[in-house]
Amino acid sequence: MAIISIRDLVVEYDGRRVLDGLSLDIEAGETMVLLGGSGSGKSTLLRQILGLERPKSGSISMKGVDITRCSQAELQRLRRSVGVAFQSAALFNSLSIEDNVALALREHTALAPAIVDLVVWMKLAAVGLSEFGKLHPQELSGGMKKRAAVARALALDPEILVFDEPSAGLDPIVAAELDELILFLKRASQMTVIVVTHELPSAFRIADRIAMLYQGSFLAVGTQEEIRASQHPRIRQFLDRVPDSTATVHTVDAYIEKYVQSPEVKS
Amino acid sequence: MATFTEKVGKSTLEHLDYVGGLSIQLWATIRALGAALPFTGNRYRWKASIVQMLQIGVEAIPMVGLMALCSGFILAMQGASELRRLGALQLVINLVAMGFTRELGPLITAMAVSGRSGSAFSAEIGTMMVTEEVDALRVMAFDPTEFVLAPKYLAALIVVPCLSVLCNVCGIVAGGIFMFFSTHLGPGLYLHGVLTSIKLRDVTAGLIKSLAFATIIVQVGCLEGFRVRGGPEAVGRSTTAAVVKSTFLVIVADAVFTAIFYFTGGH
Repeated sequence: MAIISIRDLVVEYDGRRVLDGLSLDIEAGETMVLLGGSGSGKSTLLRQILGLERPKSGSISMKGVDITRCSQAELQRLRRSVGVAFQSAALFNSLSIEDNVALALREHTALAPAIVDLVVWMKLAAVGLSEFGKLHPQELSGGMKKRAAVARALALDPEILVFDEPSAGLDPIVAAELDELILFLKRASQMTVIVVTHELPSAFRIADRIAMLYQGSFLAVGTQEEIRASQHPRIRQFLDRVPDSTATVHTVDAYIEKYVQSPEVKS
Repeated sequence: MATFTEKVGKSTLEHLDYVGGLSIQLWATIRALGAALPFTGNRYRWKASIVQMLQIGVEAIPMVGLMALCSGFILAMQGASELRRLGALQLVINLVAMGFTRELGPLITAMAVSGRSGSAFSAEIGTMMVTEEVDALRVMAFDPTEFVLAPKYLAALIVVPCLSVLCNVCGIVAGGIFMFFSTHLGPGLYLHGVLTSIKLRDVTAGLIKSLAFATIIVQVGCLEGFRVRGGPEAVGRSTTAAVVKSTFLVIVADAVFTAIFYFTGGH
């Protein structure tokens, strides 16, 4: 059964169409990777799924509720079942790591302070940061910040866990550690995981299914094997890392020649 | 001509959009203000309000006090140089007392708070926008208006009138010091002169103005922060805009309130 169902989603910024009639079902318990290059619209799609922006048309149903039309109160209730680890980690710099993780627990639950402390410790231990809870975000490395963001996203035991570019800006070892962490969390709690990325090794390591985005449309949605076997030129180009075009010596020469011959230079 | 008309139209629409944004934000803040109240509200928001009171109010005391003392001396000396020629030096007492309670106290306080705190609000929220912290709040089912803005607004509504009263006292004390050294007028007589020249309506008018100024400074500072898009340079621009716009609007509001009090017989 689909936990998130996207139908004919259209998003425009200043008349420019960014998402063009997307439809996608994300099944409960699966890891869906939204794969695509820069400017393909994957971050915009993620913001729509999180209810941070309203689409021009179409619908997004989360657990059967259309979040593009529901009330703010209903959206807030749904958001408590979603954990998000942002690309920049988005930890609150004025709070310690412990307080970042504890924030939602303190405000959205009636747990006793001792229980909150215990849950925070468990979440930090799950991401390997149990000894760093007293530190502030600015005292952590990039990889540790991302893991702290995961711990905060896990605080309320969400049904849906969302990662925005988890590997961005990290070295391959730390990126691989994060991939393993995502797989571990998936195995441990059977939650639905949505990952936005353009990193192929990461996508093929963690995905159950992959939705390939290009210029606001899905080129393909399928299992890893189906995506790997695809003969779609754009998918092949992405998988085989073939550049669109590059500046060659000839094109630079032609440009300079054209400039030298131009009336402005001659005059 | 069409271009000129287009520019005027575009500028008008932008200003209307800004005023509309301010109005919507003010209404949302008023609705969220209950959460920041002690006893009945959310205790974390009340704690945040106390922190804000310290930052906006207590930390501004030396600056506001010094500005008021200097302005009190200036007003007394400038007034005395003219009133002495008319043989009405004693009117310096009325000038300083009424000038500060009706006008200078709230205005000097607003300038100090705008420069110190209005810019800080904008920079803080702008940075939160850039680092996705505001988005993180929203997906964690927190209302950014309640979480970030309401404590600041409540704090400003409490401490800005208090700072205005402090400013009045310091300005009037400066006038007293000047009168003591220039005319050997004793403190008791000066105080008597001050108390007979000030009416309750003057104090009330000053306090009403300071509440309006607090509203302008907080709302403009926060709106500039929430409108930040892009990177760190946008935060810098928003900080400048917050001070410039809030100073301008404070002076416009001062003129409007002064006119209202004048034509309704308050002055």
